Amino acid sequence: MNVKENIKTLIVNKPLKLDCGQTINEFPLAYETYGSLNKDKNNAILVFHALTGDQFVTGKNPITNKDGWWSYAVGPNKSIDTNKYFVICANVIGGCMGSFGPSHKNPKTNKTYGTDFPIITINDIVNAQVNLLDHFGIRKLFSVVGGSMGGMQVLQFVSNFPDKTKTAVPIACTASHSAQNIAFNELGRQAITADHNWSKGEYSSNNTIPDKGLAVARMAAHITYLSKKGLQEKFGRKLQERDDLKFGFDADFQIESYLRYQGSVFVDRFDANSYLYITRAMDYFDLAKQFKGNLSNAFIKTNAKFFVISFTSDWLYPTQENKDIVIALNAIGADVGFVEIESDKGHDSFLLDVPDFLSALKNFLDQSYKE
Amino acid sequence: MKLEFKIIADLLEENTRVLDVGCDDGTLMEFLKKNKNIDIRGIEISKKKVQVCISKGLTVLEGNAEFDLKQFPENSFDYVVLGQTLQAFVNPEIVIKELLRVGKKAIVTIPNFGHWKVRLNLLTKGTMPVTKTLPNDWYNTPNIHMCTIKDFVKFSKTINFKIYKSLALMNKNVSNINNSNLSFKNLFAELGIFLIEK
Repeated sequence: MNVKENIKTLIVNKPLKLDCGQTINEFPLAYETYGSLNKDKNNAILVFHALTGDQFVTGKNPITNKDGWWSYAVGPNKSIDTNKYFVICANVIGGCMGSFGPSHKNPKTNKTYGTDFPIITINDIVNAQVNLLDHFGIRKLFSVVGGSMGGMQVLQFVSNFPDKTKTAVPIACTASHSAQNIAFNELGRQAITADHNWSKGEYSSNNTIPDKGLAVARMAAHITYLSKKGLQEKFGRKLQERDDLKFGFDADFQIESYLRYQGSVFVDRFDANSYLYITRAMDYFDLAKQFKGNLSNAFIKTNAKFFVISFTSDWLYPTQENKDIVIALNAIGADVGFVEIESDKGHDSFLLDVPDFLSALKNFLDQSYKE
Repeated sequence: MKLEFKIIADLLEENTRVLDVGCDDGTLMEFLKKNKNIDIRGIEISKKKVQVCISKGLTVLEGNAEFDLKQFPENSFDYVVLGQTLQAFVNPEIVIKELLRVGKKAIVTIPNFGHWKVRLNLLTKGTMPVTKTLPNDWYNTPNIHMCTIKDFVKFSKTINFKIYKSLALMNKNVSNINNSNLSFKNLFAELGIFLIEK
């Protein structure tokens, strides 16, 4: 892959003090844009990606040659209509699609950072991305939108920069990572670090990758993105290219084969250390704690119009956790709408073709844009 | 727009903050936003109707007033509107108290079960009344706590809230309800509209 040709990068000159205490300087922030910025510069939407996403929101991802991760929602005439809006998305710091991350070379050691990379938080991720507004000369975004970890960034962004967006759409997310969320992330991290190839994060010097561990991490996580009902309907106990059980440990069942496939394609596109860092950032996310236990105070300075969306079958970030955000906003009289979308596609619903969700998002944005 | 909404709109002052509980497809909300510059929010239990409201650019929460009003602080709205849904709640007493906690005032409308057609229906047929305004059978009606205009007036004394203004809707005419005409209105009004306070 020819990374340099296809990845737009902003070198951030402003020093960024991270929550862990370290300061990073002159770091790269990779981004992509869709649509065009209007003359008044008031049609920009900053989209935040989830754990394993990247800046290539829609169209063909030039690095993987696959469709962008939010192709259902973003594009001409779609929910986030690129004929109308200027969409910006950055690869999170800590990531592996061009932004400053653990796979970058440490000038001090001339080796990749690996676990010498500083621990980052959702707060750091958002603070890095706000530099894109200055880069494009945007004083105020029309909207900040994101699902899952992208939704956490939406909440953190509005809290950090209360007057920098007109609307905010946190989708299928939480204001505070639950014990269950942390548990699943820890499972993934343990799978990676238990892989012999991981070598304390220095696998790149050995020209190997902890592919087995990363694949297991992905498989476990993937289960959490789907619902029991969705899995049962799609796979049930169907067998994989065989008429009967083989009495062995090959993938007899379609679900096994499917998960193995998901794991194997993931290791080709994602860096294991990035997976450790970004899941850690999610685990550390607790917006209420940042405001002494009162989530409402995170939003007290903003006039942004919120629209919170959850999904009935999402058990990773269930409706109640999304509703807690709504409750915190209503407690301070903020402008907040909320809808729970009926879907059996689990947490992944926000990435898929779920018409009720796509129309709700479109209607909210288009109507708010008129105001 | 139906007459009931016009009467409610006339009771509301301009430039106020209003919550429409059970806002349905947002017809009243839209009218209040456009014509009275009211900062209007809605709560609606039906996902489909929430979607309709969103498509109209209205701020609506999907939720159930019986559980979801508690998230609003005291007096967060100038008015709370509850149109023809009091009878559908498991505990109307709690709902009324919540309306008056969240809003400085509330407007409650009730389909009048004391209307002569309802009474006649029960008297002659001996079965639970099914009328134009109450089209369901007893076993599938969402209206589990029907009351009459008289009941509501009595209710105000029992649980101690003030009725500031009470109107009757009869044959597309609006009239005031007072102590001397209460029995008459209770027999002929299809709908009671009450502006209430703590």
